[in-house]
Amino acid sequence: MTTRKEKIVLPLIAVLLGFVLGSLIVALTGRSPLAMYAAIVKGFSGLDILNGQPINSRYIGEFIIQAMPIILTGLSFAFASRTGLFSIGAEGQLMIGSLSATTVALLVRAPTVIHLPLVLLAAILGGALWGLIPGFLKARYNVHEVVVTIMMNYIALHLNNFVILHIFGSVDRVKTAPFPASALLKSPFLESITRNSRLNWGFIPVILALLIFYFVINKTTFGYSLRAVGYNKEAARCAGMKVNRNIISSMMIAGAFAGLAGAVITVGTFNFGRVIQSAEGYGFDGIAVALVGGNEAFGILLAGMLFGGLKAAQPLMQSQGIPREIAGIIQASIVLFVAMKFGIKMILDKFERKQAPTTEGDRV
Amino acid sequence: MSHIVEMLHITKDFPGIRANDDITLQIEEKSIHALLGENGAGKSTLMSILFGLYQPDGGSIRVRGKEVKISDPNVATSLGIGMVHQHFKLVHNFTVTENIILGMEPRKGPVIDIRSAEKKVEEISKLYGLAVDPRAKIEDISVSMQQRVEILKMLYRDAEILIFDEPTAVLTPQEIHELMQIMRRLVEEGKTILLITHKLKEIKEVADVCTVLRRGKLVGTVPVADTDEERMAEMMVGRQVSFHVEKGPARPGEELLRIENLNVKNVKGLLGVKNLSLSVRAGEVLGLCGIDGNGQTELVQGITGLTKIESGKIFLRDKNIANLSIKERTDLGLGHIPEDRQKHGLVLDFTLGENFVIHNYYEKPFANYSILNKKSILENAERLIREFDVRSGQGAMTPARAMSGGNQQKAIVAREIDRSPDVFIVVQPTRGLDVGAIEYIHKRIIEERDRGKAILLVSLELDEIMDVSDRIAVIYNGEIVGIVDAAATTENELGLMMSGALRKTHAAPQAVHA
Amino acid sequence: MTFELLLQMFPIALMFSAPIILTALGGLFSERSGVVNIALEGIMMVGAFTGATVTVLLENSTPAAAWYGLLAGLLAGVVFSILHAVASINLKADQVISGTALNILAGGLTVYLCQIIFHQQRTRAFSNGIQKFSVPGLSDIPVLGRMFFKEIYPTFYIAIAMVFITWFVVYKTPLGLRMRACGEHPQAAASMGINVAKMRYFGVLVSGALGGLGGAVMVLTADIQYTLVSIHGTGFISLASLVFGKWNPFGVLGAGLFFGFSTALSFYAKDIKFLAGLPGEFFYILPYLLTIIALLFFAGKSVGPKAAGEIYDSGKR
Repeated sequence: MTTRKEKIVLPLIAVLLGFVLGSLIVALTGRSPLAMYAAIVKGFSGLDILNGQPINSRYIGEFIIQAMPIILTGLSFAFASRTGLFSIGAEGQLMIGSLSATTVALLVRAPTVIHLPLVLLAAILGGALWGLIPGFLKARYNVHEVVVTIMMNYIALHLNNFVILHIFGSVDRVKTAPFPASALLKSPFLESITRNSRLNWGFIPVILALLIFYFVINKTTFGYSLRAVGYNKEAARCAGMKVNRNIISSMMIAGAFAGLAGAVITVGTFNFGRVIQSAEGYGFDGIAVALVGGNEAFGILLAGMLFGGLKAAQPLMQSQGIPREIAGIIQASIVLFVAMKFGIKMILDKFERKQAPTTEGDRV
Repeated sequence: MSHIVEMLHITKDFPGIRANDDITLQIEEKSIHALLGENGAGKSTLMSILFGLYQPDGGSIRVRGKEVKISDPNVATSLGIGMVHQHFKLVHNFTVTENIILGMEPRKGPVIDIRSAEKKVEEISKLYGLAVDPRAKIEDISVSMQQRVEILKMLYRDAEILIFDEPTAVLTPQEIHELMQIMRRLVEEGKTILLITHKLKEIKEVADVCTVLRRGKLVGTVPVADTDEERMAEMMVGRQVSFHVEKGPARPGEELLRIENLNVKNVKGLLGVKNLSLSVRAGEVLGLCGIDGNGQTELVQGITGLTKIESGKIFLRDKNIANLSIKERTDLGLGHIPEDRQKHGLVLDFTLGENFVIHNYYEKPFANYSILNKKSILENAERLIREFDVRSGQGAMTPARAMSGGNQQKAIVAREIDRSPDVFIVVQPTRGLDVGAIEYIHKRIIEERDRGKAILLVSLELDEIMDVSDRIAVIYNGEIVGIVDAAATTENELGLMMSGALRKTHAAPQAVHA
Repeated sequence: MTFELLLQMFPIALMFSAPIILTALGGLFSERSGVVNIALEGIMMVGAFTGATVTVLLENSTPAAAWYGLLAGLLAGVVFSILHAVASINLKADQVISGTALNILAGGLTVYLCQIIFHQQRTRAFSNGIQKFSVPGLSDIPVLGRMFFKEIYPTFYIAIAMVFITWFVVYKTPLGLRMRACGEHPQAAASMGINVAKMRYFGVLVSGALGGLGGAVMVLTADIQYTLVSIHGTGFISLASLVFGKWNPFGVLGAGLFFGFSTALSFYAKDIKFLAGLPGEFFYILPYLLTIIALLFFAGKSVGPKAAGEIYDSGKR
């Protein structure tokens, strides 16, 4: 099987296997897989197979807003991954981005055309800063980024809560005061055409992010050096590339993507800062999206939409008696199956290989 | 005498390649039987099958007349077959004894009886004349002692058939003679030896019979005493081979590289290069030879900038580059063909075209305003492929990983020569390559020499050094212990210097007390 | 900080240390055999969930319910770790990705089952977890008695015992020698006839057992029920303890104690003058911050088993 075909077929097989496993678990615990699939379909489109209700744009709007942040955290993981780094820090970087956005939203007074970009910029910089720290530790001290980024996630959570509760003050200990409209991505227009979903202008930064990701990685000299470092750090160093600087830049950019996701949630989906009880899983969703999407921009877009729809369907599943966690189970299984791609490839190759082996390849 | 081992019509396939194609091998008891072939000919695969690491896809094996199925190394060991691997299979932070008893540990209840193990190791080592320290850690002992540990692993298990896979790659000429003596002694004690090698000289010296493999197929089996080296080489390669590169005399010009009192630390924090001085002139090849681990790696890293030096000066023409970055040094005219083509020379997951521009991808015409110009990268790759005859499945778009070792090396050579640096640091350029590729690389090195470049050739292959170099420097324990003219020295003299027994600076050689 | 306060803190700190030590020892077996086990967090979650559930379900039938819970948690951990073993060893998955996926899976699976069994996103609270006890005789020793033997959870002693057992098995037995060879140089081990895959299975399953036990210990001594946040990163802290402890059982003991104390600190902060003014969140952050600092100081110097994390391909020579 050629590498091209592999990149599409293997993730698809993983997705399929994940859904099969999920259906199995649902069935084994006495619930209906059919109801689960009906809920998923409805989550994407509003189309209710069981009750015969037509496509409802409200559901479409809602599924898009679920997809947006995880596309961004997917870009975050993928960017670091292409550079040879395994960053699980998107969750924390998102929270810091969210916190930065909240800060600028509450403290700055300006017209929308200045305020909103400032909010987004703050989120991007906040996320980048939170990515800089593990990047620096890795580059300079060779501390493995996996455990550090996970610790940073927990630190970010408590830091966020501290600031929201003690600095901005919260009446109900859950959220801050509402943001001024000049800071928001919200759009009454978009809401009106999707029957009052929470669809907002956030999709524009998301699309821009996808384009920037694609362009930087594949078309720029910076992307070339990042990929070189990611594939073979030693050869890159031997060729004179500044490996440490690349590692740091890469983690910062990954953080920037995740920070932007924080803004998209805080000033797009919501309009206030929130106290976070526990990690909401955007980071791990991003990992699933990136892996299934093959760390490529277009794949991430598709995978993001798939998992976004799955998330949107969760409350619908719950109301059908299927615990909403099944979505997480399916997602984790898909990631597991993607991780096993070598093994799956081995099995597929065994089926394919019927012809006699060729003799020794080219000689000088 | 009877055949103690017979491998009959053995066939072994790996994905995309038939490594062994209907090979029949019959070994006589108490003999030294050589297995000759180029890299990739299939000799290691065949022996791995005998040792149980692989299973044959076709054919059968007989040991002492009985047909056997060697499904894993345990079975091989129980049949009395043992293997000394080319790349030692020793656990670096275990002791000598722990490595030897691994898998067959003597017990005292639930615990390993380390005392009795050490005793047995001492006994065996005395019996066969293989001196080792049973309590030393592998990472602390010399390479030749490590090899003795590999041999002891087999003897501890009462092996009678001993397979040696390219055993002399890491030894000095003197140590090679010692090893030959050990082999003869083992045969006297009743052992049978299988020697995998591509070194014709050694076969002539110690083997009784030689079987030649080429590209997975059996070419023939000959008695060594009746066959000369040229004939064996012809069988190995399939055509007449010249062992020596053609070259005119060197015409050295001005000094292009001068190293003064260089000190470089190694990975353990000790000095790997000690107060070393060296000079290379335009139009000459200075060969640097020495046993692996005597400072060559640190010297190269210090010159190229991969490691920061402790003190000293490195002059490229008249500029001291000792504190410049790697990029600055390459820009000033330093070229480097690295030791490990897959680890340092290429990004295997890049295409051939991308690999060609790894030094200057950000410059015009390969990039404008930080955006890559794919077209000029492609054109550049096609030019280099033509000029240097680099072969690959899909031309410039081939992933480097898919190319053969010889062509990978050609690509690196092409890239470096094309940049036209004044000074080349060439390290182990022909490791793992077949004779044709070696010929080509040597030819190109001489061509660059004749264009007036200064070339520092660092190699562990003494033949290569003696053949290609104009002058030879010997490094021992981080210091230069001798600089001689290539035409005027002998393998023996170099060997003595490499092991520290002889120092030759200018005039009379001085023997050093061992 | 008064001496009295320190004495009071000890039993609590030891309580927090035990799950970390147990799980980290599990990680030691896995990594020493060559498999990086990022999934310790998920394994702890599975062990905690099973331990809590079994305890709740059995508490009306037997006073030793919590002990059955510990056993169940251990077994659940083994079963869950089989997934990691199959993925990493048989199917050659990237061990870090596989481990991460399993962590997510554990979260989803445990809460899913809570919903099925208890109809809520957590288990029902149990009335009696593992009970504290005082060692007769030893608890009366001044100072030391209050630190180690009075009103202490027996799970801490289990953890100490495991440290010694681990040391013995890993460094003194043939099994340990072979396992370490698989983690340092699997090709060498294979050439000596050792079945590397089997050894690695052993390492991973033991990490499942100890991690599951650690998770169950955590919920049955320090909590009253299992929720999604019961473990909150302790699996990763155990991983850091392994690095901190240089992959050595006694080092792990020390590191585990260190982290146990830092967690305990948050409970006593208000009694310590210069710490009393700090907000609660500071103490929540402390263990994680200390983990990063510990890694910083020890990552460069300590080197783990050489071949840990590399996919073992028997075709490679």
